[in-house]
Amino acid sequence: MPLLNASPIKKDQDAPFVAKAKNGDFSAFETLVNRHEKRLYRFAMNLLQNQEDAEDVVQSTFISVLEHLHTFREEATFATWITRIASNTALKLLRKQKNTPISLDEATDENEEGFIPHPDFIADWRHDPSKQIEQRELQSILDKAIETLPEKHRLVFMLRDVVEMRIDETGKALGISNANVKVRLLRARLALREILTRRFGDESKRIFQTHNHGEAHSDKTSARLLFQSYQE
Amino acid sequence: MKCEEMLRMLNDYVDGEIDPAICDQFESHLEDCNPCQIVVDTIRNTIKLYKDGEVFEMPLAFREKLHQTLRERWSKKIENP
Repeated sequence: MPLLNASPIKKDQDAPFVAKAKNGDFSAFETLVNRHEKRLYRFAMNLLQNQEDAEDVVQSTFISVLEHLHTFREEATFATWITRIASNTALKLLRKQKNTPISLDEATDENEEGFIPHPDFIADWRHDPSKQIEQRELQSILDKAIETLPEKHRLVFMLRDVVEMRIDETGKALGISNANVKVRLLRARLALREILTRRFGDESKRIFQTHNHGEAHSDKTSARLLFQSYQE
Repeated sequence: MKCEEMLRMLNDYVDGEIDPAICDQFESHLEDCNPCQIVVDTIRNTIKLYKDGEVFEMPLAFREKLHQTLRERWSKKIENP
């Protein structure tokens, strides 16, 4: 993380319950589960795109938390700690299902370094969509958008931007180079931005003006095609 | 700086990991290029929405099973620490 962002560690709201649970208080432990189960479930669903697998991951994660709570040294927040456990569990499951390292497709990535899809639908939506539509509808839009990404992009996005793993940690978890983490993350972010802008952007204010983004590339390399390919 | 270069450095900028010298160029480009500014803002919004997202329809039957399983595991752990 950049130094500019260095700030005192926020007080972990879960700490009192962690302390009680460490002393054998089941209701405190259950409070922790209640607080985090929905978030972990959604996280697992987004990673795995399968309800049964997501349930397995959530259950294994909380069992692991239950068994290893005494080893949690509270250097990170409880939320961060359990999200890491969940992501490791989910990745293990993915590897098992494929019976092969997840990174196998790295060698077949074509021009991963070269081509970056250019923003196509550029329109402002700097407002917060959660204030305009219901939370449930918003989540459904977000879930559908991430579903359209290829798995290799989805995984990097989830690990970097949701779990907040560092680039090297993400690369290590997925068995890919840091360079590929970066380029996959950029593609994932651009693709999601594209989809969400089509949904939340103000069509009447869409920018069509000649923009350098388009000059060096033919239509073939535009984000429009990328967007369409995700929709197919 | 051209838009093309800005795109390549977008991640570093958004993550606050951009070289400070380049950061100035990046920001002066944004001042003059509204489309790029919108792309940066909407990328940030995108990340924030996913980071903040919490609610998802977790099946009730699963929730009950999960809590039951955890209660049993907890009792076992207390009995056989």
